[in-house]
Amino acid sequence: MVNPTKNRIFGKDAVWLLFIAVVAVLPLVPGFADNSFRMHVFILILLYASMAQAWNILGGYCGQVSFGHSVFFGIGAYGAAMALVTYGTAPWPGILIGMAAAGLVAVVISYPCFKLSGHYFAIATFAIVEIFFRMFQVWDWIGGAIGLDYPVIEEGLWNLVWYSKTGYYYFALILFVIVFGVVRWLEGHRFGYYMKAVREGQETAESLGVNSAMVKLTAMAISAVLTALCGVFFVQYNLRVDPSMVISLDMAMKFVLITILGGAGTLLGPLAGAAVLIPLQEYTRAFWGGLGGGIDLIIFGLIIILMVIKQPAGIVGIFQGIRQRIAKARGKGGAEIGTP
Amino acid sequence: MALLELNEVTMKFGELVANDRVSFTVEAGSIVGLIGPNGAGKTTLFNCISGLYKPFSGRISFDGKDITGLTPYQIARKGAVRTFQVVRPLKEMTVFDNVLVGAFLKCHDNKTAFEKAAECIRLCELTPFQDKLAGGLPIAGKKRLEMARALAAGPKLLMLDEVMAGLTSTEVKAAVEVILRLKDSGITMMIVEHVMEAIMPIADKVVVLDSGLKIAEDAPERIVNDDKVIEAYLGAKYSQRMKEQRSGAGG
Repeated sequence: MVNPTKNRIFGKDAVWLLFIAVVAVLPLVPGFADNSFRMHVFILILLYASMAQAWNILGGYCGQVSFGHSVFFGIGAYGAAMALVTYGTAPWPGILIGMAAAGLVAVVISYPCFKLSGHYFAIATFAIVEIFFRMFQVWDWIGGAIGLDYPVIEEGLWNLVWYSKTGYYYFALILFVIVFGVVRWLEGHRFGYYMKAVREGQETAESLGVNSAMVKLTAMAISAVLTALCGVFFVQYNLRVDPSMVISLDMAMKFVLITILGGAGTLLGPLAGAAVLIPLQEYTRAFWGGLGGGIDLIIFGLIIILMVIKQPAGIVGIFQGIRQRIAKARGKGGAEIGTP
Repeated sequence: MALLELNEVTMKFGELVANDRVSFTVEAGSIVGLIGPNGAGKTTLFNCISGLYKPFSGRISFDGKDITGLTPYQIARKGAVRTFQVVRPLKEMTVFDNVLVGAFLKCHDNKTAFEKAAECIRLCELTPFQDKLAGGLPIAGKKRLEMARALAAGPKLLMLDEVMAGLTSTEVKAAVEVILRLKDSGITMMIVEHVMEAIMPIADKVVVLDSGLKIAEDAPERIVNDDKVIEAYLGAKYSQRMKEQRSGAGG
């Protein structure tokens, strides 16, 4: 017998491909790209969904909650910015170095941290953000607290800079496809199952031959490298970077909260979370301006509290609940299986 | 050749000696029952063999190699896979995915792993539940899941820790059938069990532990008449009475 879940996975993939196709043609709709603010919101949704998805590999699938991902995000951003601003080249070598450095830093700091279990790992990652933030602020080579400002440069793929939002829109879409593609691939392969097994029970996983320490380190490395790639987009989009923009607890929390809001450990969760939070964040900021600074965080905080109490599985969990209820109402025969 | 060999294995927790110089062998292709009253150190011994505990002293060799002090995953990779007495389903994963994790130990590509998992699920009669979350299974199902998952890992030695405890007699019969089928397929088994009517007929050899010491190691039909075993299980007074009864009947 062939596993019946295979067909369902293929069905899911078709929906994802359709979604990507729709997002790809949206800017071609007359008038859509004219509203620069709307484009900005879409770009940020794609960016934050990718960031949350990168975090989701370690935090959602592997169950190791990290509050330190802004460090890898910052390293990626600085990699590209250093190449462009300090050395005056294309950002590409800096991107590669930044991603590799983020992976390396991730492995080095998490090797001792993974010896801590449960909440202690999360607490240790908090401290790491603080350490890197201070270090980046006083490090003259990378611009210190002032940061790095992009000069006016030619737009295009060489510099990864565009004068219009449409260019960034497609850049963000490619980032989204890469990160979501990697996670989709992991989800269906041995390593993906091993990550979930480590999350659900480390001792059980080990009794089945899973080297849990190696699984966690690898998950951390993949997660950090993809997070660094998101950092690259962030700096190329903002055309400047300083330590507080990237390596802050604020930013670190966003990785965690978007994923949890959407549904940790699911492919759809990070997108669902970003699609709810980012418009909320950007529109409240636009409506209330300086006065309302933080209104989005107040609302977001409330949503998170409600979510954790009512539906810890996030937005994806809500949809699953609804679907199960519909299936149950339709016919009890198929939906429920008797006891043995 | 002995697949598993224990040589003077001792495990201490502080001053408490849970296993005291336990030695025995498990021959390839056989079923060895490990019995003893509660607290005799059966699960502790399992934990030592599977690497969850590092023995205080002694040597454990598996398949001709010393495995004393290796980590659980290293021992599992060598082919000694266990189940847990207190069931440990990977709760938020489906039954199928639970078994799949086991299957991935030996099968490196998806296709063979999926087939192996489906086969083990069928063998342990979990097919109707395979898409349910493992956390939602009833206890009998969770016990069978423990077995299916360990089995999927393609073990040479399967260590079953009380997989029949708490099952109804029909369920015990089904489990025994599965075990016999596994034996036919060439898997060596070591079984910790309290359900005597289940273990006695299928074991080739029974090892009895009492307060950490091995008090007997013999064929099951001789074990049931062993005075030391009867005393350990039923107490000295009762054993004395039984002895008198037996000698009375004989003379």
